[in-house]
Amino acid sequence: MRYLPLTPADRAKMLAKIGADSIDALFRDVPKEAVVGREVFELPDHQGELAVERVLSKMAAKNVAAGSVPFFCGAGAYRHHVPAAVDHLIQRSEFLTSYTPYQPEIAQGTLQYLYEFQTQVALLMGMEVANASLYDGSTATAEAVLMAQRITKRPKAILSGGLHPHYAETTATLVELGGQVVYAPRMPGKTEDLIALIDNETACVVVQSPDMFGLVRDLKPIAEAAHAKGALLIAVVTEVVSLGLIESPGAMGADIVAAEGQSIGNGLNFGGPYVGLFATREKFLRQMPGRLAGETVDAAGKRGYVLTLSTREQHIRREKATSNICTNSGLCCLAFTIHLSLLGEEGFARLARANHVRASTLATRLAKIKGVTLVTPSFFNEFTLKLSRPAGIVVDDLAEKGIIAGVPASRLLPHETGVRDLLIVAATETATDEDCEAYAKGLAEVLS
Amino acid sequence: MSEVRFTDQHEWVRLDGDVATIGITKYAADQLGDVVYVELPPQGKKVGAGGEAAVVESVKAASEVYAPMSGEVTEANAALSDDPAKVNADPQGDGWFFKLKIADRNEFAKLMSDAQYAEFVKGL
Amino acid sequence: MMNNQGRPSVAGAAETSELATISGDRGLDHEEALIFELGRQGMTGVDIPEVQVAEEYLGGLRRKGPVGLPGLSEPEVVRHYVRLSRMNYAIDAGLYPLGSCTMKHNPRLNEKMARLPGFGDLHPLQPQQTVQGALALISDLMKWLTTLTGMPAVAMSPKAGAHGELCGLLTIRAALQARGEARPRILVPSSAHGTNPATAALAGFTVDEVPAKDDGHVDADALKAKLGPDVAAIMLTNPNTCGLFERRVKEIADEVHRVGAYFYCDGANFNAIAGRVRPGDLGIDAMHINLHKTFSTPHGGGGPGAGPVVLSAALAPYAPLPLLIHDGGSFRLVEHADEAPTGTKPSGRLCAFHGQMGMFVRALAYMLSHGADGVRQASEDAVLSANYILASLKDVMSAPFEGPCMHEALFDDSFLEGTGVTTLDFAKAMIDEGYHPMTMYFPLVVHGAMLIEPTESESKESLDRFIHVLREMALEAKSGKTERFEGAPRFAPRHRLDETAAARKPVLRWKPKDDVKQAAE
Repeated sequence: MRYLPLTPADRAKMLAKIGADSIDALFRDVPKEAVVGREVFELPDHQGELAVERVLSKMAAKNVAAGSVPFFCGAGAYRHHVPAAVDHLIQRSEFLTSYTPYQPEIAQGTLQYLYEFQTQVALLMGMEVANASLYDGSTATAEAVLMAQRITKRPKAILSGGLHPHYAETTATLVELGGQVVYAPRMPGKTEDLIALIDNETACVVVQSPDMFGLVRDLKPIAEAAHAKGALLIAVVTEVVSLGLIESPGAMGADIVAAEGQSIGNGLNFGGPYVGLFATREKFLRQMPGRLAGETVDAAGKRGYVLTLSTREQHIRREKATSNICTNSGLCCLAFTIHLSLLGEEGFARLARANHVRASTLATRLAKIKGVTLVTPSFFNEFTLKLSRPAGIVVDDLAEKGIIAGVPASRLLPHETGVRDLLIVAATETATDEDCEAYAKGLAEVLS
Repeated sequence: MSEVRFTDQHEWVRLDGDVATIGITKYAADQLGDVVYVELPPQGKKVGAGGEAAVVESVKAASEVYAPMSGEVTEANAALSDDPAKVNADPQGDGWFFKLKIADRNEFAKLMSDAQYAEFVKGL
Repeated sequence: MMNNQGRPSVAGAAETSELATISGDRGLDHEEALIFELGRQGMTGVDIPEVQVAEEYLGGLRRKGPVGLPGLSEPEVVRHYVRLSRMNYAIDAGLYPLGSCTMKHNPRLNEKMARLPGFGDLHPLQPQQTVQGALALISDLMKWLTTLTGMPAVAMSPKAGAHGELCGLLTIRAALQARGEARPRILVPSSAHGTNPATAALAGFTVDEVPAKDDGHVDADALKAKLGPDVAAIMLTNPNTCGLFERRVKEIADEVHRVGAYFYCDGANFNAIAGRVRPGDLGIDAMHINLHKTFSTPHGGGGPGAGPVVLSAALAPYAPLPLLIHDGGSFRLVEHADEAPTGTKPSGRLCAFHGQMGMFVRALAYMLSHGADGVRQASEDAVLSANYILASLKDVMSAPFEGPCMHEALFDDSFLEGTGVTTLDFAKAMIDEGYHPMTMYFPLVVHGAMLIEPTESESKESLDRFIHVLREMALEAKSGKTERFEGAPRFAPRHRLDETAAARKPVLRWKPKDDVKQAAE
């Protein structure tokens, strides 16, 4: 078998050295009834690469790849063009097949890119310090709420109605174990009155911008109101490319930022692996979950990097850790940081502008179609339309025409009657003029 | 004359009238290695004897520091936040952690004397 | 001696001197600055056309200042990351003996398959009829996982092992709630990985530690004595963190069930028994599987991982959303509790979307390549290799447990007593020998632990070389020849780094010059 280097002769020699007659003798601690033979498993035998490729390629061919059709889905995952160099670099052996940098002397590659990543995230968010990533934006949001509870010693988290429902559900799963979640009303295209909900039991207010419908929100008044009552503002960003054109959460007064970094460097991958970004103020540093790479010097006086402040983490603090997280998003961080390094200030700004122009042109065009109203008065690259037919059916009809038209709000919120006719549409730099033309034509047909 | 007594959790207490000054012993500091951070109790916090009062961190470990006696925290050693190395350099002097206004003088007698603590450490 | 053209023809002083280079680099070893120190304003590594933005849809929230990112061309970016990569050890470069991490070979076929556009370029929320092949893949992987473990169900969404532990404990909590019970206690062995007690605390339980016996096994009698009607579950790693199979596991499982509690198994060490033992036959209720350990998805410098959790019939109804069902000839994701099939009462969502699809493709490619026969052979080779190392070194190093071991061999630091060399020094000297150190100081139940897991990916030649080096190192330390242990490592890109300074005055990011100036004022 191509992945197993030991030969039968090797095995015999090794058994002889060990002093065992067979491999079975090495499993002697296993209760006899629990040792099963190969025949027990109704699974195939090993196969060569060609055979495996055939099986998996057939499965892949049954899916409609986003790049093969006019494509307009967003709602927490965005299709952007990733330069070829990114994927090539992350597949270098020393990045792909290395472990967590616990031995810093032979892991400076990983540690330095994490340090650079932390800096980039802090700069993007307008915050003082960032960690070396969490699993994704949704778990980062949950961790942010737990952190706010630890800092304020208060139980209540207020979740904005514009927070992605998956993020709200994930947060509730963790927070309701020991705290309280309050859900603000959902008002597509509008900003709900969060300030009225903040009281002296509030640990944090969680606001997503651009929100689940695409609306860009001003966080400043919410930050002020939260701070006045001793609560923290947690800003959530699911489309980080927006930060190339929209004001940063830090500049608007956020205390913690939880974000999804998938848009930069990482493909759609049907939902994972993604990369959770997490940033906060320096004064909250020791309450921050996740790994941290820090600068130091070595015994020869050279600058170097190490994992630091590990005493917050599970392998030392055990049940008193700030989180149970062990694995971070390693290679996804690397993809993010390489892509952002290639973009640079100028490229990132242009990418953001290209996205907004594409989306605003499309939104203006679609709003002119009979039966279509634009719901979100402000947005970055994602907006919501109100249609004259249920959005779920429209999406299915357009799918039959070979157009992936967006995410019907009912997919995320099946119980809210008020959203049945809402369609969430994302248009990034990867949507062409032809794609948008086809969309407009198809939508007009389907609604007539 | 202020006397110093010890706990089996490697804390020391020096009693001056009503005020107890508390820190960790040289043994504990040596076990921990280079102290990098100390989390001290806020002024006014009430602690019971044996209750968690502070946390001391080195690079590879974190340990709770327990209050040897009950009382109310009157002062914490702010100098430790800038220079946690004081705990290693002078654990029973400059490296003190916090002071308590004690609730019950009798608790002091229950602690180990210098000689008893030395015996205790030898047995570890 | 010089020939008449002036070039030395024998090795001279120049070849062995510590001659300083002008550049500061040495041969193929390059120093590399931070990307922020290399970048320039106005430069970019991509060509994106400029467009004019109208203000009408921005809500007055246009960004006012620059982000502060450095600009570099593509050649500079590529060089930067290539140079960084060369400062890393990797499985592809050498034996990586980290116990409990399973540093096996990462097949490149898996990378190719994950990148097929039909998998990689799929949006999680595109219409379900357009992703039937992806859902079929997840279903196939679920079949492999449940068949190999002998368990009826599996939750696929957890993003890593620790996340899987949380998933398991939350389903246990849900099952107890359904019985109208709230049990606060979870029993965790003192030898457990830190994620176990951390997760238990996160899930709202109190942790009660169970000691290990002198033979490295959990104290089953002490465990049984601690069981009671307030115990929700035990968390046991099997094979355990000392590299041993817990012999009394079935007895423990029976006792746990008798008091109405559940058995959570940490599956980090599944590589020892996959294809030969089914954890379901041992009585477990839930077990996470680290796809990035047992099933070769790449460690990637720390992630991403994937931690699906197999579940017993008792816990299966409480698996978190989303669920994957096969219904009327097609696959469907059930994303909301009220759409769940009758008989299930799904617990809350653990993360957005449906799981680490990229890792699922890689893991399935691994399984199809290995087959059940290959998975079994891999486990046997992993156990054989660890025992070979144990047998070959236990006369010069100190093994607290006689053996045989499972897929990892545990040593402690008693063989170094009196030498002045610590486990840390020993490990750092391994770096100079061209090896990544083994897992150090874990598990906590032995002093100065050294946990070695070679995996099935090493040839006998590779194992023999490794054994030879460790053997010689141990003999040197014991004979007082401690020079190579003092101040190691010497030949790595960095000497030992000051972790104390890093923790006392944390510097966690680069700051632009005027920031630094302002801070100083």
